[in-house]
Amino acid sequence: MTIRAKVAATPATQPTTLKREEERSGAGPLSLFGKFLSKFSVHVILILIIVAWSVPTFALLVSSFREPADIARSGWWNALTGSWSFTLDNYDQVLSQRNMGRAFMNSLIISVPSTILSILVAAMAAYAFAWMRFPGRNMLFLLVVGMLVVPVQMTLIPVLRIYGDVTVDTQVPIIGGNLFGINSFPGMWVAHTAYGLPFAIFLLRNFFAALPRDLFESAYLDGASEVQVFFKIVLPLSGPALAALGIFQFLWIWNDLLIALIYMGDPELAPMTLAIRNLVSSFGTQYQFLTAAAFISMALPLLIFFALQRYFVQGVLAGSVKG
Amino acid sequence: MAEVSFEHVYKRFNDSTAVSDFNLEIADKEFLVLVGPSGCGKSTTLRMLAGLEEISDGEVKIGDRLVNDVAPRDRDIAMVFQSYALYPHMSVYDNMAFGLSLRGTPKQEIKRRVGEAAQILGIENMLDRKPKALSGGQRQRVALGRAIVREPAVFLFDEPLSNLDAKLRVQTRAEISKLHQRLGTTFIYVTHDQVEAMTMATRIAVMNLGVLQQVGTPQELYDQPVNQFVAGFMGSPAMNFFRATVGGTPDAVTVDTGSFSLNVPAGRATALRDYAEKEVILGIRPENIHDAAYVPTGLQTEVIEATVDITELMGNEIFLYLKAGNLSFLGRVDPRTEARPGNKVRVAFNMDEMHAFDPQTEESLTSSAPRPKTEAVAAVGIAVLDQSDVKPIGDDAGEPSTDLVPPITKGG
Repeated sequence: MTIRAKVAATPATQPTTLKREEERSGAGPLSLFGKFLSKFSVHVILILIIVAWSVPTFALLVSSFREPADIARSGWWNALTGSWSFTLDNYDQVLSQRNMGRAFMNSLIISVPSTILSILVAAMAAYAFAWMRFPGRNMLFLLVVGMLVVPVQMTLIPVLRIYGDVTVDTQVPIIGGNLFGINSFPGMWVAHTAYGLPFAIFLLRNFFAALPRDLFESAYLDGASEVQVFFKIVLPLSGPALAALGIFQFLWIWNDLLIALIYMGDPELAPMTLAIRNLVSSFGTQYQFLTAAAFISMALPLLIFFALQRYFVQGVLAGSVKG
Repeated sequence: MAEVSFEHVYKRFNDSTAVSDFNLEIADKEFLVLVGPSGCGKSTTLRMLAGLEEISDGEVKIGDRLVNDVAPRDRDIAMVFQSYALYPHMSVYDNMAFGLSLRGTPKQEIKRRVGEAAQILGIENMLDRKPKALSGGQRQRVALGRAIVREPAVFLFDEPLSNLDAKLRVQTRAEISKLHQRLGTTFIYVTHDQVEAMTMATRIAVMNLGVLQQVGTPQELYDQPVNQFVAGFMGSPAMNFFRATVGGTPDAVTVDTGSFSLNVPAGRATALRDYAEKEVILGIRPENIHDAAYVPTGLQTEVIEATVDITELMGNEIFLYLKAGNLSFLGRVDPRTEARPGNKVRVAFNMDEMHAFDPQTEESLTSSAPRPKTEAVAAVGIAVLDQSDVKPIGDDAGEPSTDLVPPITKGG
C-alpha cells in the first residue's frame, strides 16, 4: 500500500498512462508477497489441523507403552523426556487376559466378508442401474438414493425383531456364534451389507455411468453377455473406485459400535469396538488397558489407510470427476 | 458375405422421428457410404443394423435373415467406432482376441487370425501394448483389426476417421478402401464428410432429416443430384444457387436472375418447359464458372460481367468470390486469371452443366437419376420450408438455409 501511495504522490511529470504502468510494476513484488502470505497462512492452518488431530493419537500410542503408575502420576509428554521407561505389559495383558485377541479376530471376521459382500452386491446393482434397461429403473434408483437419508437407528428395532424370529442357534464351527440372526456372524454380514448398500450403489452407479457407452456396445457386438461385460470390462476398469469404496466400507464396519451392540450382544463374539466399550465400563480408570486396546483397534485402519491412500483420494473424487 | 436390406424402417424417439421410411438394398461386397449432416439419422440407421438401437417399424435383413429381434452378437457383424472403443485394460492382442475367445474359438486359431490382421494393418510390434500407449492412428488400426479378426459378414463403420488429423485421415481412408478390396466383404460406412463418401464408396446414400434423399454411385450423385439438398451437400466448394425466372421463347429459353440473364442450351431447356414465366432455382457448380479469357475449348458458355470480392489461390486453380448485382457466387477458375479483388471480370457459365430445381419441392428438374422409393421425400421437402430454423429460400439475402446448404441469394 505504501508503495502505491508514493507513486501517486510523485509530481505528474509523466503522462498518466506511464504512471499507471509504474504502479502496476510496483504491484508485482507486492502481489508475490501476498501470494506467499496467503500460501503461508494456508500452510499454517493445515499444520494446526494436523497437529490437533494427530497429537491425541500420538499421546495414545505413547501412553499405551507406559507403566500404569507413570500414567497416573504424570502427563504422557513426560515419557519423552528424562528416563525412558516403556513396557509391553499393557499389550500383553490386554491381548491375553482381557480377550482383545479374540475381539480383534471377531472384528476381522465381521469386517472382511461384509466389505466384500457389500461391494459385490453394490457393483452388480450399480451396473444394472447404469447400463441395463428395465422398467422402473429410475424410480428404484431414486429409492436407493432416498435410503441414504434414513438413519440407521430407525431400523434397529424392526431388524432386531426380525433377527429374533429368524435366529438359527446352530453353532457355526471354527468361527463360532449362531448360524443366523442375533449373535451370528452371517447376521452381521447381512446387516452391514444392507446398511452400506445405498451409498455404495450410489457411488458405483455414477462411476459406471461415466464409462464410455461405446465400450459396452463394442463388447456386446464382440459377443459378450451382460455378465461377461460386467466381469470382463466393468470390474477391471473400476479398480480405483472399487478399492476406494472397499476402504470406506471396511473402515465403517471396523469402527462400528452401534450395530454390533444391538445384534452381537455375546461378549465372546464382540468386535474390538464393543470389547473396548466393555473394557471402559469395567476398567474405567485403568488407562493402560484402554490405551493399548484403543491402539490395537486403530492399528489396522491406519495400516490400510497408509497402504492405499492413493486410492482413497481417487475414490473421494470418483463419480464427481471422471475417474 | 451378405447383402443387407432395409424395408420401410422407422426409428422414433418419443415424439420425434429420427429415421422415416428408410428403404435400401445393399449388395454383397458393396462399399456403401451413408452420408449427411449431423443429426440426419445416418448413425441411428447404422446402429439399428448393428442392433444397438431398436427398430421402431419396418424390417432389417442381413442375408436372408430378418434381424429385427436378433441380439447384436448374433448378427455376424463387426463395428468400428469413432472413439475406437478399445478396452483400456487389455493389451492390443487381447483387444483383438476378445471377441473370438468369447465365442470359444481355439487358441491356435485366435493366434493365427490376430497375427494375420496385425500383419495387414502393420501393428505386429504393438501387440503387447496397452491402448493408452498408442497414437490415435494406431488405435484406429487396432479397432480395425478387432473387426477384421471376427471375419464378419458385414463391417460397420461409424465415422471412424473423425478423431484423426487431416493427413492421417487421408492415409487411413486409402487403407480402408484397400481393406475392402482385400477382404471382399460388405462395408457400410457412416460419415458426415462428403469427401470420404466420394472417395471410398461404390455407392453413396445421402440422408437428411431422417429421410433418404438419393442413392447412387459417387459420380451419379455429383452429376445428377435429385434435389437441391443433395446438390448442395455433394461437392466442395458447394454448388451456387440462384433464384431465377424462366423466360424467352420456347426455342430460346432464358433464365433471368434479376442481376443477369443467361441463355439455356436446348439440351437443358426441355426440363424447364413447364416453368415458363415461373421461378426455378438455378444451380451451377463452381468449376463450371470460368474466367472468360481461359475457357477450355469446346464449351458453350454464357458470359456475364462480375466484380471480384476475394480471391483464394489453390495452386492449380483460383477460387473467385464474385458479385453480380446483389448476387454472390463462387467460381473455380484457371490460375492464370488476371482477376484481382475489386476488379471487374468477365466470367463464363458452362450452361450445359446447369441444374434447375423446383423452388417449392426442391426436386431437381434436370436430373435423370432414379429417386429413392419412398413417399416421404416430397413431404419432407416441403416440411423443410415450414421449419422456422430453416430460412425459406430468398427470404433473407445471404443467410444460409442450413449449415450445409449454400446460400441462395435473391434476384432483383
